[in-house]
Amino acid sequence: MFRKFTKEDIHSRSKVKSSVQRTLKAKLTSQYPKLEDVIDELIPKKSQIELIKCEDKIQLYTVDGEVLFFQKFDELIPTLRLVHRFPEAYPTVQVDRGAIKFVLSGANIMCPGLTSPGAKLPDAPGFEKDSIVVITAENKDSALAIGKLLMSTEDIKSINKGHGVEMIHHLGDPLWNFTTD
Amino acid sequence: MSLREVVYCGVCSYPPEYCEFTGKLKRCKVWLKENHPDLYTKLYGESDAADVDIVAGKLAESSIGEAREEKLEKDLLKLQTKEENREQRELAKKLASKVIIKREARTKRKYIIAISGLEVFEIDMKKLAKTFASKFATGCSVSKNAEKKEEVIVQGDVLEEVEAYIHSLLKEKGLKDVKVETIDSAKRKKKPTEGAANTAGK
Repeated sequence: MFRKFTKEDIHSRSKVKSSVQRTLKAKLTSQYPKLEDVIDELIPKKSQIELIKCEDKIQLYTVDGEVLFFQKFDELIPTLRLVHRFPEAYPTVQVDRGAIKFVLSGANIMCPGLTSPGAKLPDAPGFEKDSIVVITAENKDSALAIGKLLMSTEDIKSINKGHGVEMIHHLGDPLWNFTTD
Repeated sequence: MSLREVVYCGVCSYPPEYCEFTGKLKRCKVWLKENHPDLYTKLYGESDAADVDIVAGKLAESSIGEAREEKLEKDLLKLQTKEENREQRELAKKLASKVIIKREARTKRKYIIAISGLEVFEIDMKKLAKTFASKFATGCSVSKNAEKKEEVIVQGDVLEEVEAYIHSLLKEKGLKDVKVETIDSAKRKKKPTEGAANTAGK
């Protein structure tokens, strides 16, 4: 999604009203319930969220100049910087060591990389198709990418072929290097 | 439950665990050793001499099989050398190129300063123009010159000040040896009336 993303893709920047900010926070906690305890730490009440509208109807939300989450359609997707600060709150899958290289260059994740011994998928019932997952790697603590499941985790286990996760955001992509100003 | 403080590598901006995949591992290691020695020992072991053991340990604990692991290591090494070569090339290019500051006459006693050759040094021209504009209280903009290259145009006779500022800017970036050339195409203290009289006499 952020394969090509530069300053020219920004259409407008605006400050978010505090009422909208409240609903945003509520939405974020309803999507990721575990965030509730720390949401006030992430987005303090006094802080000002800024909304950056970009090409392709991508909307970025920044707090104090740092992009914390973004939105393509309805769903709010956290950025890796947010994930790193509170990794427990999101559905997570793990890839094996061999896959890291490809993930970091922005490839979609193939099923075998998710099912091999070094990888980890949640036990049944797992996650639905189209849900947003955080991707970590074997022997690593921090997440390295965020993607969207192209099939449910159970399907990945049984079919074990083809694309399993669509890449949305990974370490080193333009969004990762993005700074406001 | 509370937020984690995350350390990001100062060289490649990734979390330190992923430094090995960027091809800048050597510099990352140096940075980490200086800034977060505890993390360094955790990730890379006590001393450099133990490197072989670490590799062996990695092979043992990795699940993707020795053959694949070896291939991965090889690929990473290749990436690293590639990256290093690229960096060297870039540095050489930077050292070879120079900044040109030009002073041009406009009408009568008015001058502009044109600064070109900045794009190699990753200096944001627009930002620079803005700082010049407020620093010297003049108009300053980025425009394309005759060779279709971007240059910063400062209105006003501020050659020395600009030169000093560019020098300090380059120093900050650690590029002290870069040449900064100043061209004064309009001679100072040249009396315009004299020239006018000469042409009139002919």
